[in-house]
Amino acid sequence: MSNDTLIIQAGLSDKPRKSKWPARLDLAQSASGLFLALFMWLHMFFVASICLGEDVMWTVTKFFEGYYFFGTAYPRLVSVVVGVVIVIFVTHALLAVRKFPISYKQYKTYHAHMKSMRHEDTTLWMWQVYTGFAMFFLASAHLYQMFVWPQEIGPYGSADRMWSDMLWPFYLVLLLCVEFHGGIGLYRLAVKWCWPNATRDFLKKLKWATTGFFLIIGFATLFAYMKLGYEHRANYGEPYVPTSISQSIEGTYK
Amino acid sequence: MSDVQKNTAPGGQSRKNRLLTFHILRYNPQDPDSKPHMQSYQVEEAEGMTLFLALTEIREHQDPTLQYDFVCRAGICGSCSMLINGRPGLACRTLTHNLDPDITLAPLPVFELIGDLSVNTGKWMRGMSERLETWVHTKEQELDLSKMEERMDPDLAESIYELDRCVECGSCVAACGTAQMRNDFVGAVGMNKIARFKLDSRDTRSDDDFYELVGDDTGVFGCMSLLGCQDVCPKELPLQTQIAFLRRKMISAGLKR
Repeated sequence: MSNDTLIIQAGLSDKPRKSKWPARLDLAQSASGLFLALFMWLHMFFVASICLGEDVMWTVTKFFEGYYFFGTAYPRLVSVVVGVVIVIFVTHALLAVRKFPISYKQYKTYHAHMKSMRHEDTTLWMWQVYTGFAMFFLASAHLYQMFVWPQEIGPYGSADRMWSDMLWPFYLVLLLCVEFHGGIGLYRLAVKWCWPNATRDFLKKLKWATTGFFLIIGFATLFAYMKLGYEHRANYGEPYVPTSISQSIEGTYK
Repeated sequence: MSDVQKNTAPGGQSRKNRLLTFHILRYNPQDPDSKPHMQSYQVEEAEGMTLFLALTEIREHQDPTLQYDFVCRAGICGSCSMLINGRPGLACRTLTHNLDPDITLAPLPVFELIGDLSVNTGKWMRGMSERLETWVHTKEQELDLSKMEERMDPDLAESIYELDRCVECGSCVAACGTAQMRNDFVGAVGMNKIARFKLDSRDTRSDDDFYELVGDDTGVFGCMSLLGCQDVCPKELPLQTQIAFLRRKMISAGLKR
């Protein structure tokens, strides 16, 4: 047993100097949350490319697979990015769970306090706990799938996943969790670290407006994939061939 | 405003005042037979009536056993903080005409209950003050009582005074979700004190010293920015700004270790 372990075991870890770890953990919780929330905004724009057509989404997909840099698509590049996101996601979950009510008594106390206070920021925190808890499972499942089968991301691949694989209810719940959790989280980061109380009303309005904006895009995107998946159900599993290539193939046969 | 009537209508005819119903959470921890229960009282509203005046009315004319705290009756001592319709506030600063005629009163949570609406905020505040050493720290060997005290910049004195307006009423602690769940959390009142002594040019403590006091999850890193404190503080102290300031300072003090 190391000396440090013994000191902690004896309950003397705070003496004579407080550890630097609480500072590091607090900063890491905020930083990882900021990264994930901003990543989810970008992510939404990429997946929403389906609303502009299958070819646009195909182009975005191939861009991230390095097709326009190397001349060949490497879906494993997507796995690398997903791997980084998994590490940050797990880190954030580990740090954030420290704040959860960890016993029924704590939960009951907070819940009664929330009902009694009727205070928006206090209530929104509970929503963050609920949505954060749900994402332990939902986001993990999604990230695992993207890590292992990155080649399945594409207009038909993603649409088949929504419709034929029946994952649209899963993504509907995940969408709501991400948008509420991330939106509230970004607002909280702003009031936690810098912006003064005078800007709070504005920040709160901005928060709801952004959440609304991303939810509208999110629902439209989800619907677009479901519609495409429904139309493509007879050819489940067939990869998408972009219009330009399919025309040039047709051209060679003429 | 329709049901708020003035005492005297135009023409000198007196009109009926609102009848207020107070639902008060009663419990006497000294009495083994006592169980927490709600008791209702009716009081006729008077012009300019505060909750403190209404409570006095109840105690003097209806129920002398009702316990609640007051000293100054002017929002200076911080004794009469209680849950007013579920939210912390000072009874002496709350006008009944701003409330519905049905008013619920309960004691502040977190603090030791003395009885009914009376809580021992003093005990909690003393513990917090001792733990956070909320007094000016000077180097004793250099203290020369015959010397003139060093002058302080008036702007600095003003900003210290701004934070010193805290009356330790306990509203911020009772409004804090973190303090409800975690008894050892110092609360906004504690962090405001640290911010105050950090400003003070007479206090020789460094950021590193303050980190020893609030640099963990029972201190500034435990704050989840729910901002109930900011929204209920009867003195309207800039608590959110102070906590953010302290958090940034303690992060840099912590990372330098």
